[in-house]
Amino acid sequence: MAANPMTQFEVYRIGPEIKIGAFDISFTNASLFMVVSSLAILLIFNLGAKKNSMLPNKIQLLAELSYTFVSKMISDTAGSKAKPYFAFIFSLFMFVLFCNMFGMIPYTFTVTSHIIVTFVLAAFIFIGVTIIGFIKHGFGYLKLFVPSGVPVVLLPLIVIIEIISYLSRPISLSVRLFANMMAGHTMMKVFGGFVISLGIVGGWLPLTFSVALTGLEILVAFLQAYVFAILTCIYLNDALNLHH
Amino acid sequence: MVRKYFFQLIFLYLFFSKEVFAAESGGMPQLDPEFWVSQIFWLTLVFGTLYIVLSKLILPKISANLELRKSQIQENIEAADKQRKDSELKLKEYDDIILKSKLESKNLFNETREKTLKNINIKRDTLEKQIDEEIKKAETEIDQLKKSAPEKINKIAIETSSEILKNLIGTEINNSSISAIVDDLYRKNGGKYYGN
Repeated sequence: MAANPMTQFEVYRIGPEIKIGAFDISFTNASLFMVVSSLAILLIFNLGAKKNSMLPNKIQLLAELSYTFVSKMISDTAGSKAKPYFAFIFSLFMFVLFCNMFGMIPYTFTVTSHIIVTFVLAAFIFIGVTIIGFIKHGFGYLKLFVPSGVPVVLLPLIVIIEIISYLSRPISLSVRLFANMMAGHTMMKVFGGFVISLGIVGGWLPLTFSVALTGLEILVAFLQAYVFAILTCIYLNDALNLHH
Repeated sequence: MVRKYFFQLIFLYLFFSKEVFAAESGGMPQLDPEFWVSQIFWLTLVFGTLYIVLSKLILPKISANLELRKSQIQENIEAADKQRKDSELKLKEYDDIILKSKLESKNLFNETREKTLKNINIKRDTLEKQIDEEIKKAETEIDQLKKSAPEKINKIAIETSSEILKNLIGTEINNSSISAIVDDLYRKNGGKYYGN
């Protein structure tokens, strides 16, 4: 029983060490939970898509509600042009959501509590959105940094701010998810430690907190997945429909 | 606010716990680059597979299911709409028929009533005529009887009184004198006998 609340985030090798050149790509507990989350997603949605009845059963209803939920989210934020990217955003939302939710089970590993994972996702989104923007609008995409209706005097400052805010998107996107997950899990671990150290006499208060925190963290797990997906939609909206 | 409070608690805990200090040597495992490449590799692999399977196999099925259900529901709604319109038409027809038949029955009733009334009137008229005739006949008879009655009464009165006198006095009395008296009395009170 590790008392250190950070040990839960430790990555360790499962099975043999695999190396490609100088790179270690061994299968780890993080990889395991990525695979588990993905398999769970595929299982649920495969079952949900399998047979089509006029009156859907529970699992089909779940799959279809998720589908319409993400579909509505995309069309609300990014419009009808974002339709080709639906599958990507759906996968992203489900992947983050399931990784977060699997992390809520005690003694599991939370994939999204690692900055490298969220950063790779965010960087991929950032690069992809930028490429889409340049393909759709050419160099006109740079107009994104020049908001309309700004006095000429302020323009250089605004442009610099806009560029900084644009470039910091992958960082804010990845750090938001990573920090939320890490903070939540650390907090839960700390309160769990309090329960043990205060014993049967004083342990009830942190235990109550722990229960409440579990509820809160489940909410946060959903919310952060939603925020991650909706911010992706917003960035995509910037690239597809140049408003400025 | 709550979060801030919790963070402070965590830091306090980290700060005061000796065990933590003992294990803290590595700091955040997230910042240890040992498994970064592995994580990137597996993330790309797993997420790529997930994306491909979802986008190529599963999502089109769900979308098709939803589309199918939508179109089926639309069809059903259209069919229901058509049936509703049909039933409305039928209802209108029915109402028309009912209205027409009501009017017809009313006409029929009126006609029959008029006919019956006419019949009754005719019959009543004939009956009244017959009754009038009968009454007239009876009246003429009564008149005749009225005219003939006083003479007979007078005659009876004369005979009766002459009989009574003969019995009382024992002598025959001249009928002419009695009839003169009776005539005189009749002329005086004749009206009274018949009540008019």
